[in-house]
Amino acid sequence: MSKWHLIIDVALCHNCSNCFIACKDEHVGNDYPGYAASQPLHGHSWIEIGQRERGQAPMVDTAYLPKTCNQCADAPCTKIGEGAVHQRDDGIVIIDPVKAKGKKEIVASCPYGAIWWNEEEQLPQKWIFDAHLLDRGWKEPRCAQVCPTGAIKAEKISDADMQKRAEAENLKVLSPEFGTAPRIHYRNLHRFTHNFLGGTVIGDVDGRNECLEGVTAEVRQKGSVVGEARTDAFGEFKVEKLPSEEGEYQVSLALEGYVTSEISVTLDQSRYLGELKLAR
Amino acid sequence: MQLQILLQGVSWALNYTALRHPSFRQRLKEKEFVAQVKIKDGSVGRYYRFGKGRVMSTSGLHVSPDMTITFKNAALGVTLLRPPIDHTDFINAMKNFALQMEGEDEITQWFTDTISIMNTIRWDYGTDVGDGEMRYTNFTNGGPLFVYVKDGKIVRMTPIDLTDDDADSWTITARGKTFTPPRKTTINPHGLASKSVVYSSKRLLKPLKRVDFDPNGERNTQNRGKSGYEEISWDEALDITANEIKRVKREHGHGAIMNSHGSHHTWGNIGHYLSGQMRFMNAIGHTKMHLNPDSWEGWYWGGMHHYGNSMRNGAMEPYGQLQDCLDEAEMIVFWASDPESSSGSYASFEGTPRRHWARELGIKMVHIDPYCNHTANHIGGKWIPVVPGTSPAMAHALAHVWMTEGLYDQDYVETRTTGFDKYRAYVMGDEDGVPKSPEWQESETGVAPHTVRALAREWGNKKTYLAAGGKGTTFGGANRSATGAQWARAMICLMAMQGLGKPGINFGNLQCGAPIDYEFYFPGYAEGGFSGDLTGTASPIQLYQRQPHLLSMNSVTQQIPRLRIPEALMDGETSGYPTDARSLEGQFMGFKYPSPGHSRVRMMYKYGGSHFGTTMESNRLAQAYQTEGLEFVVNQSIWNEGEVPFADIVLPACTNFERWDIGEWGAAGGYSQHNQTMLNHRLIGIQHKCIEPLGESRSDYQIFTDLLKRLGLSAYFTEGATELDWCKAQFEASDLPKQISWKKFLRKGYYVVPAEKEENRPPPGFRWYAEGRKKDVPEPAPLPSEYGEKYLEGLQTQSGKIEFEAQSLKRFGQDPERPPVNKYIPSWEGRQTSELYEKYPLQLLTPHPRYSFHTQSDGKDGILNDIEDHRVLVDGYYYWVARINPADAAARGIQHHDLIRMHNDRGSVICAAQVTARIMQGVVHSAESSAEYDPIGEPGKSPDRGGCVNVLTPKRHMTEKTTGSAPNSCLINIELWTGQLEAAS
Repeated sequence: MSKWHLIIDVALCHNCSNCFIACKDEHVGNDYPGYAASQPLHGHSWIEIGQRERGQAPMVDTAYLPKTCNQCADAPCTKIGEGAVHQRDDGIVIIDPVKAKGKKEIVASCPYGAIWWNEEEQLPQKWIFDAHLLDRGWKEPRCAQVCPTGAIKAEKISDADMQKRAEAENLKVLSPEFGTAPRIHYRNLHRFTHNFLGGTVIGDVDGRNECLEGVTAEVRQKGSVVGEARTDAFGEFKVEKLPSEEGEYQVSLALEGYVTSEISVTLDQSRYLGELKLAR
Repeated sequence: MQLQILLQGVSWALNYTALRHPSFRQRLKEKEFVAQVKIKDGSVGRYYRFGKGRVMSTSGLHVSPDMTITFKNAALGVTLLRPPIDHTDFINAMKNFALQMEGEDEITQWFTDTISIMNTIRWDYGTDVGDGEMRYTNFTNGGPLFVYVKDGKIVRMTPIDLTDDDADSWTITARGKTFTPPRKTTINPHGLASKSVVYSSKRLLKPLKRVDFDPNGERNTQNRGKSGYEEISWDEALDITANEIKRVKREHGHGAIMNSHGSHHTWGNIGHYLSGQMRFMNAIGHTKMHLNPDSWEGWYWGGMHHYGNSMRNGAMEPYGQLQDCLDEAEMIVFWASDPESSSGSYASFEGTPRRHWARELGIKMVHIDPYCNHTANHIGGKWIPVVPGTSPAMAHALAHVWMTEGLYDQDYVETRTTGFDKYRAYVMGDEDGVPKSPEWQESETGVAPHTVRALAREWGNKKTYLAAGGKGTTFGGANRSATGAQWARAMICLMAMQGLGKPGINFGNLQCGAPIDYEFYFPGYAEGGFSGDLTGTASPIQLYQRQPHLLSMNSVTQQIPRLRIPEALMDGETSGYPTDARSLEGQFMGFKYPSPGHSRVRMMYKYGGSHFGTTMESNRLAQAYQTEGLEFVVNQSIWNEGEVPFADIVLPACTNFERWDIGEWGAAGGYSQHNQTMLNHRLIGIQHKCIEPLGESRSDYQIFTDLLKRLGLSAYFTEGATELDWCKAQFEASDLPKQISWKKFLRKGYYVVPAEKEENRPPPGFRWYAEGRKKDVPEPAPLPSEYGEKYLEGLQTQSGKIEFEAQSLKRFGQDPERPPVNKYIPSWEGRQTSELYEKYPLQLLTPHPRYSFHTQSDGKDGILNDIEDHRVLVDGYYYWVARINPADAAARGIQHHDLIRMHNDRGSVICAAQVTARIMQGVVHSAESSAEYDPIGEPGKSPDRGGCVNVLTPKRHMTEKTTGSAPNSCLINIELWTGQLEAAS
């Protein structure tokens, strides 16, 4: 049985927020009986874009992470609320806008915080994968259609096939430890979850500082190499995918004709080490 | 005989339509009157008695008809009444007084509207998509949309997925790879948020009168912006406004009425301000607001003196650069260029996939900007933060490295440029003993010398595209500063050294130059719709010949520079330099207000409320509105925001979703000829009237018509046509009828122009010039007289070449801030102005907002408010975002999302802080164009919490001899906002 899945590429999201806006456009002022009551104009973000800034000038980036209802295969919300929440055959989880009235506990049941409480209607609400439109023959949910970078793709495939694909393409789910089998997979999630270490290497050339290109920057932790990069024409290197936990690292910078430099750094977040000068 | 039959046919047709269409039957009950149609000598005539839902007609002449239409003779009557009717015949007959209409406008306008509705009521439009929903098309400034409507209410708006019925997309093959764009349209956030602003709680739904304004008594102009409003009827609002138009003309004379408006409008050629509003204002005569070229400032006042392109306000030709860049370029240097935020204007995210392709092809990217902007963050590459206003110094240092190390195209410089020796003498320090070396620029720019040398060597050794400004070919925050002209000039001089126009060497950021069909004609909005304005719009180039309509002409030549409206109103005098795209020299012809023998402005006809957000030192406006000499202010607006609460009468207009219009995505015309160059698919559409106007709001067209009825000018204004008729006129004026029927166009809603086949695609801009050929890009510019010797040969400059020493500036010789050879002159407000810098140690950058478009879709209680990078909700209020560096924040005890007061001697603005390392230390980044102006005390004299950061920016012009805005030269300080007023200015 095929189910609806989303694949979101964190490296492609640039926070235009069209997915968020489309969700508001679809639901504010519109009731879809059997699917969802209307969303309040302000306050709710059924699709929400998280952001994480890494590094320091001039080596800095922000990763954006669209988050919404994961349509989990093992969704905790479906287990409470006495039938107010159900999962359709296509995997889409629906909070019944009539049966769920007054059931605030449904909000708390979601470990991802993807369910919102509509105070006025006394209703738990969330993104419904545009089930009402798919049922009318639409080919994809609106968040995928409005995404200008191709960061959000919708796929209707079996969970098993999705699993294979996730393994082959290194796709991750958010907080797998929740054990709910989410149906949103992320590509390049390390951009959000992991750290980088970078710097600019310069050296003395004919009596002046110059950017050094081709310097090998090797990052080690407890003796083993965890990353390597070479400096570009601006002398910059950037080693990605370092774990987010605090750790001690050693960086060696090597270029023929210069004395190899060894630096120790403690990393609790992404760091740009600044200009590092190699001696002749 | 034939005429008699036709005249009888008119009443049959009216009655038949009433029989078939209840709404038309209802309309025929609206008025009771007699309309006479006759030929001049009275030998043939028929009169029509309207009322009671049907029309009775009688042959002969009525003794006292309420209106009369007279044809000079029967033959003309037949020509004008027998289908198919050519509107040109109507126009010619009117101009020659062979066709005349007499009667009260209220009756005549109703009559012509009724005839028009009879002809169009059968037209079928939109697509039934089931479930009770109709799907229509419309456009925004951020792209086209399908609009789904159910029970008279908009349900949703979506981008358009192209189908097999639409033309194929183009493909580009570059370096062995084939690229084709996604088969769908893209949309900017401000466009996608449209439904929320249509149904905004800030919509004006009834005409308003300021409570303490009495046109026949006390006007209390000093209370503008403070006193409240009462709802009045349309008749009352229109009567007051029309009477004021008459009164100020009678009491004060020529030029007493001024028109002011935003630089943009809701999308659509008919509803645009350059269309109906110009026609209306020309009909009553108005002191024109003279627009400075505020997107192009540095390019216009500076850049074009080196290489021409005046018809584009100094922008580069934008044609085949997409293919060339993907084929040849090894590096793109983005300099003050953030197309992922600014979309090059109206092009949504069309350029985004192309920049992905460039990355895929391994083209290197460099971004020079004080802010690690969204393009830099998204596409990656080397970010070089530069102190605002100092980019020209860095550019000279790049030239210094190239000169020193021989890294420039010596043959190109030798054969295709003049004056290089003079520039070299400046850069090498021959004339002042100061070499403009990487070391020299460091104290100005904050960029390390080795970084500049690395960039210079990369650039000098690689085929490089220079992405200057958001469009790649122009614009950019750096061009709107005290050094804006220097920067644009420097960009052109750098490219001249590298061989501008040679393969892989050009201006662009993959935003412009898509291989679309450039010959297929559809008018851009700047061609003025039905304005008939031959001098104030681009109408005469093509549209006027193609679309029969009466011309309109403003008889008042007096003008006020947009940036000096407050001075004009408060001081009664001001001056400026013009935006004149015809030549390099037109800009030197300064003008003064008031003009000799003209009245000062006594009445302001303002469209919308945008200027607090978009005018430098904008608190001036509040004070200007309150001057006694400004006797009457009417504001026609969709939303109650910005300047609207400074009007005496408010006329509620509707959005483009509530009226008919027609347009092409991104098509501007005028200064931005072929602006569709940024699109992946040219898409032309009817803008269906999706819903009825909300409340009592009316379309601009209707409001202008209603006012002109009171001045006897409604027939002249409408030519008997409705907005839908004008849409059809635009359709017929274009190349569309050769490709799609009106019927299908109305139903389907849009047409995609097929992509250009490979062999017909235009070459990159300036390739012709680099190769010494005749100009061969498809733009009708420059004007023939601008060529030095032979037509199409050489540039617009005096020498016909790129001039390092600009001869036009040399001839002018009156602007020491713009010497003929571009030289670094530090900003008049920046880190170098030490006294002020000590007091206000932060530089404020005010780029375009990323989510809203100018003031469009911002505020208004819309859904963009909920985007944290746009506005932040603090204590129940949505504050505008200001980005500050962590070190600057820490020094002031400011945390992320704290409220801050940004201030200088010009005023203060309260914003929400976004603490980010993406803005360099010492610089604050907060977009201009807040729609909300919300002073917490006396307007113009208290902190604004709406977010109009232009309250802080200087009104000073770029140079003394220009009328160029320079908002990005601005010093401020910030402090934590505690809600205490006493410290605030």
